[in-house]
Amino acid sequence: MNVPVLARVIEAAGIPTVTVTMMPLFAERALLSRTVGVPFPFGQAFGPVGDDGAHRTVAETAVALVETATGPGARVDVELEWPVDLKTAYRAWQPPEPSPIVKTMLDALRAARREEAQPPDS
Amino acid sequence: MVVDSFRYLPRSFVPLYEQRTYDFDAPVWTPLDRPVREATFGLLTSAGVYLRDRQEPFDLERERAEPTWGDPSLRVIPADATESDVDVAHLHINTKPIRRDLDVALPLRTFRRLAEDGVIGALASEHYSVMGFQEPGLEVWVNETGPEIAARCHNADIDVLVLAPA
Repeated sequence: MNVPVLARVIEAAGIPTVTVTMMPLFAERALLSRTVGVPFPFGQAFGPVGDDGAHRTVAETAVALVETATGPGARVDVELEWPVDLKTAYRAWQPPEPSPIVKTMLDALRAARREEAQPPDS
Repeated sequence: MVVDSFRYLPRSFVPLYEQRTYDFDAPVWTPLDRPVREATFGLLTSAGVYLRDRQEPFDLERERAEPTWGDPSLRVIPADATESDVDVAHLHINTKPIRRDLDVALPLRTFRRLAEDGVIGALASEHYSVMGFQEPGLEVWVNETGPEIAARCHNADIDVLVLAPA
């Protein structure tokens, strides 16, 4: 969600950019110049480990979009499938423990639930 | 195929992200002034990649102490870096795949082959790594890190920058 802001700064400074992202909706909302959408889990924008073919397909899609785009808002989505099922891939991209901000949010949620579950003071 | 931007998000996060917008009212656009087969390409990842023996990792200890803060600094990665040269500091993704194959996030090997095959002009001599979790305002990225990357791109004769959010 934050990299589109960085892309805007760099493009505005005169460097053509292309953003390869699993969240292309937000690249569009940020009004980026060129976006390649990839149907891949977080952390692996160019494809699975060791899959040189997928990496090349994504890279070539980005290069081709740079060549063909004639104005801002250009977007191409890559037609590749992740090699494992969604449930497995969803678990696999997650960090081994919740990030600090997620842990803080979960702790607050649990505290609110505990408070709701307690009977009111008499 | 239209990529579903929420496919891999935890369901409880989806309503938060669906509401997220930006305040920009105009697009950005810089045309490329030459064919891609003559252009030098640079790469940027937000996966928190850094050179293990030559650079400080992104500051995860401060993020653990201040959960809304993210290290906004920049690491410059040379074109010949491989998995054996780098490590990954990022608390929001599983970093093991990147340690096994740097190309999943920073595809230096792939773009080098594109240059060797004449698809692009050249792979730049330097590339860029940031850590994607940032403070909501992104002030340092907008006012310092982004301009620093742009200046480095100009100095390194980079014609196109490929950004890959983690």
